[in-house]
Amino acid sequence: MNFFHRHRGLTPYLLLGPGLLWLGVFFVVPLGYLAYQSLQSGNIDFGYAFTWSWGNYWNAIKDYHSQFVRSLEYAGIATALSLVVSYPVAYWIAFRGGRWKNLLLLFIVAPFFVTYLIRTLAWETILSDNGFVVNTLQSLHVLGQGDRLLATGTAVVAGITYNFLPFMALPLYVSLEQIDGALIEAAEDLYASKLHAFLRVTLPLSLPGIVAGTLLTFIPAAGDFINAQLLGSPENHMIGNVIQSKFLELTDYPAAAAMSFILMAAILVGVFAYARAVGTEQLTGTAV
Amino acid sequence: MNSIVVPAQRERNVLHTSLAFVRRHILAVYSLLFFAYLLLPIAVVVLFSFNHPAGKFNYTWQGFTWDNWIHWDGVPGIRSAIVLSLEIALIASLVATALGTLIALALVRYGFRGRAATNILIFLPLSTPEIVLGASLLTLFLNVTWLPLGFWTILIAHVMFCISFAVVTVKARLVGFDRHLEEAAMDLGANEWMTFQKVTLPLTAPAILAALLLCFAISIDDFVVTYFNSGASVTFPLFVWGAARIGTPPQVNVIGTAIFVVAVTLMLANVVLQRLRESKGAV
Repeated sequence: MNFFHRHRGLTPYLLLGPGLLWLGVFFVVPLGYLAYQSLQSGNIDFGYAFTWSWGNYWNAIKDYHSQFVRSLEYAGIATALSLVVSYPVAYWIAFRGGRWKNLLLLFIVAPFFVTYLIRTLAWETILSDNGFVVNTLQSLHVLGQGDRLLATGTAVVAGITYNFLPFMALPLYVSLEQIDGALIEAAEDLYASKLHAFLRVTLPLSLPGIVAGTLLTFIPAAGDFINAQLLGSPENHMIGNVIQSKFLELTDYPAAAAMSFILMAAILVGVFAYARAVGTEQLTGTAV
Repeated sequence: MNSIVVPAQRERNVLHTSLAFVRRHILAVYSLLFFAYLLLPIAVVVLFSFNHPAGKFNYTWQGFTWDNWIHWDGVPGIRSAIVLSLEIALIASLVATALGTLIALALVRYGFRGRAATNILIFLPLSTPEIVLGASLLTLFLNVTWLPLGFWTILIAHVMFCISFAVVTVKARLVGFDRHLEEAAMDLGANEWMTFQKVTLPLTAPAILAALLLCFAISIDDFVVTYFNSGASVTFPLFVWGAARIGTPPQVNVIGTAIFVVAVTLMLANVVLQRLRESKGAV
């Protein structure tokens, strides 16, 4: 008998071993290093020393609370927008898509086939001061003559919404697609109006998709710095911009590490509170 | 008199019916507008790959040219950046898919102590913002001085964030897997390894292929984690980032368009294959 038969109990661990080791060494251990770094003091020239300097955290919050709040605000607005904008489309594909479903889904993920930076740069072109969007809005007097779209919070939120939209639309589609049409018919047979049937049957049944989509959109959006960098001005900078510049330009590692942890903690707290509130136990089930 | 009234009435009818049409198909109309919005930036990318920019800024349309396509590597550094991105994406997707497939097999097939913890460990990288992934890995590499930032650190990072995606993709397929097929093979005298080779692997092959493609796509598109851990190495997204600061050359749009066309072709082929398989299954 071979090795696997003699040690059946070992097999799962042998299968898990290499992958979990990789995640352990290059995901868990680095988080430890990040925590360690966040409590150090000193500077790049004279070196850093571990001094339990919790001050890094207080300073981060004191100096950069507006960037933290802005990150959560922009990410929240973008997530809500993408939910509202993509729900009808996901619904339409799921219930009316027929044999074209796969093709229509291809349209939804099409933006992902263009490199993230390149599609954000395309928005820079579209929203630029001499672009047709600004010109049209100016001729309609929605925008004044000197007003611009680029380098505004609107542009940043629009960019984030666009970039993470498929993360919202796909889970929505998956959960809507699984709904048994007979349930909605039954509701209508029982004299529910179309709106009532939607609110009482379709919407609750699509909740797992809404939860998954919200998380998949909000988490990357809150940590993003590319949209703020390319489409915004320094007044629209998010916490990602600060972390990025502290780490890579100012080499203020302890402060940057502390900020990374605050961002992660804020997101984790938010995710768990949200999961509690909507009461879904499928949270990890849908994503894993 | 009548001859004047009739056209007006017809016009109103046309308006009325078209309004009614829009109302009846409001979702479809809305969806089409939505798709137009999704595709607009892509159209801009494609269009500006044919632009003939006057200066170094490729923001306004100046005229049509094939030059950018013919001289796609006419910008210093772009060719080596593309090569590096392809190398990293190829190796990272192979390694991550192999590791991820094994984890998925263990999770679906075996009850073992630490299952829940494993699930959480797989889920966590997916729910951690990229900037935290990149920053924490950088703090590790800064402390491991014998491994300088560059090819290997980028590769390590890419494998790390691809594993979870591979696990999720393969697991989804394995869950709906009919275990009787494997039991039948074992009853017929195949040992565990042979069963895996002859039954399990062929049946999970589509999921493994999907995981490979997904990992490849995520890797080749990654900017944030790479930006933190690349040192002096330049992948294609890093090249674009650098170029964007001084004016993006139209060659960037050429490569962007090429990647888009390849990806869409692959996806379309997949849709068509599925359609064929379904129609064969129906007969």
